Amino acid sequence: MKRLSATRKALWAAVFVAAGAWLAVTAWSEYRQDGAVESVGTARQSAIEADFALTDHRGQPRRDEDFAGQWLLVFFGFTNCPDVCPLGLSTIADVMDGLGEDAGRVQPLFVSIDPERDTPAAMADYVPAFHPAIVGLTGSTAQVADAAESFHAYYEKIEEPTAPDGYTMSHSASIYLIGPDGAFIKPYSYNATPEEIAVDLKEQLES
Amino acid sequence: MYRIFAATMLALLVTVSAPADEPIREGDLVVERPWARASIGTSRPGAAYLTIRNEGAEADTLTGVEASIAGQAEVHHTTTDASGVTRMEPAGSLAIPAGEAVSLAPGGRHVMLMDLNEPLVEGKTLTLTLAFERSGEVAVSVPILGIGSRGPAQ
Repeated sequence: MKRLSATRKALWAAVFVAAGAWLAVTAWSEYRQDGAVESVGTARQSAIEADFALTDHRGQPRRDEDFAGQWLLVFFGFTNCPDVCPLGLSTIADVMDGLGEDAGRVQPLFVSIDPERDTPAAMADYVPAFHPAIVGLTGSTAQVADAAESFHAYYEKIEEPTAPDGYTMSHSASIYLIGPDGAFIKPYSYNATPEEIAVDLKEQLES
Repeated sequence: MYRIFAATMLALLVTVSAPADEPIREGDLVVERPWARASIGTSRPGAAYLTIRNEGAEADTLTGVEASIAGQAEVHHTTTDASGVTRMEPAGSLAIPAGEAVSLAPGGRHVMLMDLNEPLVEGKTLTLTLAFERSGEVAVSVPILGIGSRGPAQ
């Protein structure tokens, strides 16, 4: 093969550099796009896990690691919710009462997706009224967003002129069961009966 | 004489202290098992539930609700979609078809009580005035149960 002239070599080098650059840009923008899709909350990209750094209703910082070794029942809602959240919390309260000796192995958590109004003080006003074992969690808008994202829990502020402060929240109302190793096991429906949930939960605790 | 007097007083006592869960009848409509949850303070909305049974041959419509304990009362509807997301919106007028019962129950419809004038206290009652297109206004005495209550005992 004839030896390439210097010009030809330079041109080929340019081609390789350009190709390399194009590949890098394409890969990077695809990576960015994957990230955007994931943050909308699809289950495809990653599994649900308990990953949060929030403040409890007594004003103490709590992370998911603090609950290692315990089963978690996690419910997202807001204290200005007149119907779904009282029902979900009363269901959790009844489940806890039905666990008897096993109650110490299970930690119910109520995470606010309305941190603007649900300060730790507001949570302290509300959560204990349902059951003393329930820990209320809130935080900054970003901390709450991160927590909800790790559970793939959806929430949205809805303008509603007749509601207090002119808005209400639409939100995922499942009760998420997390195992003692931090892995997501299953969701319970907030309006399943406490008996149904307790039966299933006891089986899980014994497995 | 004394025994008759005592029996009469006992009968009166029983009648007067009839349980609050006696259905309220107005024309063809029967309002059953009303109840509300206690509130914490007055800043958060309250919720009341009941069943309206239409024992007549003509449909009626619930066009509005008023409550003296709240500046505003409105029927709202909770909906839950396939992925478990709930949202709440005003339900507007509520049709009560002939021969059917319409229930306002947790997870479905409720009377949302906003701008509370005073807290809803467990053990007390509040009065709801239901406005119906055909049957007119019906006043309902609503017992206030605990905040974690799931409804009156069966």
